[in-house]
Amino acid sequence: MKLTGAQILIECLKKEGVDLIFGFPGGAVIDIYDELMKSSIRHVLVRHEQAAVHAADAYARVTGKVGVVLVTSGPGATNTVTGIASAYGDSIPVVVMTGQVPTKLIGNDAFQEVDIVGITRPCTKHNYLVKSVKDVAQTVREAFHLARSGRPGPVLMDLPKDVMVDRTEFKYPETISMRTYNPTYGAHVGQIEKAGKLIVQSSRPVLYVGGGIIASNAAAELTGLATLAQIPTTATLMGLGGFPGTHPLWMGMLGMHGTYCSNMAVANCDLLIAVGARFDDRVTGKLDAFASHAKIIHIDIDPTSISKNVRVDVPIVADCKNALGKLVTFLKREKDINWKEKHEEWLAQVRDWDKKHPLSYKEEKGVIKPQYVVEKLYELTKGKAIITTEVGQNQMWAAQFYKFAEPRSLMTSGGLGVMGYGFPAAIGAQLAAPDRIVIDIAGDGSIQMNIQEMATAMEQRLPVKIAILNNQYLGMVRQWQELFYGKRYAATSMATAPDFVKLAEAYGAVGLRATKPEEVVPVIKKALKTPNLVIMEFVIPHEEKVYPMVPAGKATTEMLLV
Amino acid sequence: MKHTFSVLVENKPGVLSRVAGLFSGRGFNIESLCVAETLDSELSLITLVTRGDEQIIEQINKQLNKLINVLKVVDVSEGDFVEREMVLVKVKAEGNTRAEVLRMADIFRGKIVDVSPREYTIELTGDENKIKAVLELLRPLGIKEVARTGTIAMPRSKKMP
Ligand SMILES: Cc1ncc(C[n+]2csc(CCOP(=O)(O)OP(=O)(O)O)c2C)c(N)n1
Repeated sequence: MKLTGAQILIECLKKEGVDLIFGFPGGAVIDIYDELMKSSIRHVLVRHEQAAVHAADAYARVTGKVGVVLVTSGPGATNTVTGIASAYGDSIPVVVMTGQVPTKLIGNDAFQEVDIVGITRPCTKHNYLVKSVKDVAQTVREAFHLARSGRPGPVLMDLPKDVMVDRTEFKYPETISMRTYNPTYGAHVGQIEKAGKLIVQSSRPVLYVGGGIIASNAAAELTGLATLAQIPTTATLMGLGGFPGTHPLWMGMLGMHGTYCSNMAVANCDLLIAVGARFDDRVTGKLDAFASHAKIIHIDIDPTSISKNVRVDVPIVADCKNALGKLVTFLKREKDINWKEKHEEWLAQVRDWDKKHPLSYKEEKGVIKPQYVVEKLYELTKGKAIITTEVGQNQMWAAQFYKFAEPRSLMTSGGLGVMGYGFPAAIGAQLAAPDRIVIDIAGDGSIQMNIQEMATAMEQRLPVKIAILNNQYLGMVRQWQELFYGKRYAATSMATAPDFVKLAEAYGAVGLRATKPEEVVPVIKKALKTPNLVIMEFVIPHEEKVYPMVPAGKATTEMLLV
Repeated sequence: MKHTFSVLVENKPGVLSRVAGLFSGRGFNIESLCVAETLDSELSLITLVTRGDEQIIEQINKQLNKLINVLKVVDVSEGDFVEREMVLVKVKAEGNTRAEVLRMADIFRGKIVDVSPREYTIELTGDENKIKAVLELLRPLGIKEVARTGTIAMPRSKKMP
């Protein structure tokens, strides 16, 4: 029996295990929507296409599946670009399907035509223009395979209208082999041995982990290695949750707003074991001063990440889980080593740094400190919530003061740093985990970038909690202006804003406001008890800053402290 | 340092722009770029000449390998290799310079492919140095037009698969 392109598409999506699509319709995708409506796949209608991609991104992060997006051609497609770039920056598996004008019109500046394949080429793992109905099944198969395997990432399929209407025999390609794509999963035994020996020889090792730990589900192996060999551990923003935030070997995040302890430990270690992390400039600061006395082992599934910014002594191209598992096996053979004793001095030094400058903030009478809010969110949710963040100070305070115990519990736009990520991400996360508490820790600036998704959350009956840390500024930019631009606050005032409580009510949600410290706990408690979408607004001081801070371009040891 | 890459890619629309985009997106320069189908019509061979220090070249090599449509990348300049470029040069050839132009073409084993009362068009092939030398020598005689193909290259005694 011959099926239309749209029917084939839906059949393939079902075969790929897709149960949820985020999208927004238009003329170019009406045929697909018509088939989708007949199918068992749930569709979540967003209010802006950017939000669809962020939601799919978070859905993918929570479930470990591929997030899926469907939008129309032209403006629908271009609206997804920021979301795609963010997923690309964070290596998140997302498949974005865009409608396209009929093949006959492609290249003719037709109504609502854009070259979305050209536009997204630099920010997708791969993308496709599907030019014949005969290619639909194979392309869907490849797109999902590419999105989820190797270093995951977003893949885009551009689907011309006539291709979705044309008919052909449907055959799902059960197996997939792509001649030009074969990611390496297994770590090379020789390299593992070299790395193992370096660990045995080192006296001041540090584990530095990134998002790769979470993508490869390697948290257990990581904790295994750290505890076996008694190695203090730090993580990037993307790696948070990959190692328990309450573990005695945990040093906190490193980098620009990392802990004193982590930054000092990395600067003074003799061996840095980097796992699924890519030496981002926000982490390394001035490169020549980063881990400058250390030998470096780097485990990453993507060879292009290795030796890109920092020269590596032992490169290991592999899946983190596989490589860490093999490393643990190697080290377990070293029965004569008493690791506790071996690293006693080093761990004492690390604890000393931690004691000297722990994460902290100055309490002030009568004002709500944002760090206090995050601490209370942590306590009252017992560390079990899924936290999404916007971008800016709110993001850093969330990263610093919420102790993430498990992987897949922090969703944040790390690589691209997109304001407006957190709220749609919270929607995606809540759909993925209906029984968990999902909180978007937001700035008053960022929340206004995708605030229209209130309607989506209401329509889907999602009890997401938004915690706005309202400093009436684009706080992070204002912090730089304050410290490095003589307090000239050019274009960072957000004083003109909606009344967030009324705004919540206008959408049929619940709005709560705290202006005094003693109101913080009751507001959070009330929000957690409310089975509805809630905005909590916390009025915080205008000029609160994120500390520690490494000024851009400085060595990570040159921290400004509280 | 100059590096010459042979990049075997799938013969599909958009592949060349992915390769080129990889360079422009990172601010690397391509000095020369040649593309054509191989014996296997599903594949194309790109010969690409670029410059950079060891680290940049390593990145270029890895990034090329990372592209989904790329089957194989060889930095041919790492070993012994042959390279050739073809040029068409239209040179002024009037009166007594007419014989001189012919002689030059002959010395460099060029071929006259078009003749008019005032000019000769010469076809020449060779490595970069030879092409440079010919153009230097012809310049004083009056070059009117040059069309170059860019370099193609192959490792010696080893074949691409
Ligand atoms: C889409 C987008 N535009 C601009 C920026 C630059 N930027 C980074 S942080 C920031 C301030 C964010 O302000 P707000 O959301 O109020 O959070 P706060 O820092 O005050 O917590 C800005 C403007 C960005 N990251 N993303």
